Amino acid sequence: MSARTSDPEAYLRQPAGVAERFERIRQRPVILSVRHLSKDFESDGHRRPVFEGLTLDIHRREFICAIGPSGCGKSTLARIVAGLDEASGGEVLLDGALVTGPGPDRGMVFQGYTLFPWLTVKANVMFGLEMGGQAPAIAEQEARQWLDMVGLGKFENAYPHELSGGMKQRVAIARALANGPRILIMDEPFGALDAQTRAQMQGYLLQIWRKVDVTILFITHDLDEAAYLSDRILVMGANPGRVVEFIENPVPRPRSAEQFQSPEFLALKRRLEEHIHPPMEVEEVDLLPMVKLTHADDEVE
Amino acid sequence: MATAHRDWLGLKAELPRKRRTQLTLLSFLLPLGLWCVVSYVPWIWHPLVRITSPGEVDYFTEDLDVPRGDFTSECAKARAAGQTLPEGVRVNPVYLPPPHAVARAFVTAFQTPPRLPNEPWLHQSLGHSIRTIVWGFVASSLLGLPLGILCGTYRFAARLQEPFIEFFRYLPAPAFGALCVAVLGIDDAPKVAIIFVGTFFQQVLVISNTVRKVDPALIEASQTLGARGWKLVRRVIIPASVSDIYTDMRILLGWAWTYLIVAEVVGTMSGITYFINQQARYRNFDNVYAAIAMIGIIGFSSDLFLAWLGSVLFPWKRKSRGTSGIAKHSLSTSASPSLEATVQTP
Repeated sequence: MSARTSDPEAYLRQPAGVAERFERIRQRPVILSVRHLSKDFESDGHRRPVFEGLTLDIHRREFICAIGPSGCGKSTLARIVAGLDEASGGEVLLDGALVTGPGPDRGMVFQGYTLFPWLTVKANVMFGLEMGGQAPAIAEQEARQWLDMVGLGKFENAYPHELSGGMKQRVAIARALANGPRILIMDEPFGALDAQTRAQMQGYLLQIWRKVDVTILFITHDLDEAAYLSDRILVMGANPGRVVEFIENPVPRPRSAEQFQSPEFLALKRRLEEHIHPPMEVEEVDLLPMVKLTHADDEVE
Repeated sequence: MATAHRDWLGLKAELPRKRRTQLTLLSFLLPLGLWCVVSYVPWIWHPLVRITSPGEVDYFTEDLDVPRGDFTSECAKARAAGQTLPEGVRVNPVYLPPPHAVARAFVTAFQTPPRLPNEPWLHQSLGHSIRTIVWGFVASSLLGLPLGILCGTYRFAARLQEPFIEFFRYLPAPAFGALCVAVLGIDDAPKVAIIFVGTFFQQVLVISNTVRKVDPALIEASQTLGARGWKLVRRVIIPASVSDIYTDMRILLGWAWTYLIVAEVVGTMSGITYFINQQARYRNFDNVYAAIAMIGIIGFSSDLFLAWLGSVLFPWKRKSRGTSGIAKHSLSTSASPSLEATVQTP
């Protein structure tokens, strides 16, 4: 095993089923196309680039995870795709049409849940449908179906403040999916959850994704999460933000927690670690100029 | 003390419900107790002597109140001259009636017919005051609410309106009294106008500030769900801020009460202010206190009612229920430095 993991190219070797699957994915139509996208922002009168020259294609029903060090602009990318921020240059095409602002064809799930506190769980899920001009009776019926799908049918009349974090995020996912978006953008959606709930939510998300015709762009800083969920991983670098590598995930589907020890998973994780925590960046911690304040025989190490 | 380390003063946690009720009661009983002590303990204060029998002091008459110093010096003079000594009891000045007299006045003030045939009864005076407040507040809200929401939602509207309103709110409402009378006559219209001027400009600024505090993430979330334009305002911005706007309105209504007294002396004096003035002129200070207390009771109880109503209307806010909503909902924003002085009614 050690021989394989030490091979720096190990993550590129895909098991036969996986390679075949990627071949099929490449045949699918491109849903989201990002062309030479750049974003500047102004601070103290200086223009600083967040990222420049981002170009990538995402195919229908792909699960894309974007990772990168803080400041690489992965969240900004998500917000531009969602239409919440404006790009400084380049363009985003959804099904070939230019993205100019937020719209119901691109659903978004935020880290902070952003459920409407004055609406019940059901009314939250109905919101987008009603905005789209759906009749209330039909919207209600559809909302119920989505809530059943995320396992919260019993809570349809609860208010968001009565739910746990994981449940809130499931409602937020149902709310976004009820609109039938072409792509679901998730900006560190599980970042505020504890480890156990997060693992559970990842499982839920994979189940939902299998059942629904939706493409997912998932922003995270958790390498395990990216390796567990994704088809491809968009690795971004900082200063300025750019695409470092777009990795095809060699771990076979369906995914399970046991795969965390599989050679493919470990090889992929190793590659991601190299990108995110390059070895030369780990510096020796300087010794602090501190006088010892304990007794000589009171060593803790 | 060290063994039973309890948070008696409520430094860290909310006090138990029972203790809170006790303290609320006590907050009213303490000043009332002080008033009783000053009124009923004869050797505390009581700076006057009421003559019960004038003796042979020529200017003393029965029921005359004289300062204690004068009484003792007259007594000394009478004793020296061998005259009959005057007698009297120590009393407080007429402007400090004892609690029982004010309590009695609460009933008798309503039963006593007015002295002059065309004067209003007390309940008519109170009704007149409440009508003035309600009209002024409704007129202000009809204009102020939409304008406040507009300014809070769109920075364009805020830039266009707020600088002028910010200037105008420094102009004291009473200063417009003469102008209002000149334009609107001497009846109720100028009074309503004073309350309008006093409320409206603060209202626009306070409400636009509240609306501006709507979590931008909620607006973004609704945009990704397809909300835009008027639908975004109606379905997201207004519901997201409505419970805080409601709290603002409660505070502003309390404020309108403070403008009432000013408004009622404009033109022909009317309402509760007229009643208080007349009673003070007749030296019925028990009625004066009763009338002032009535304003307080009406204001305070209507606020309690509105607080309860708020918890019914906005069930998602029930975590923070009751009057504490006002404390949580900070008004120390740029728009309202003077709002902090808004204790409910005089």
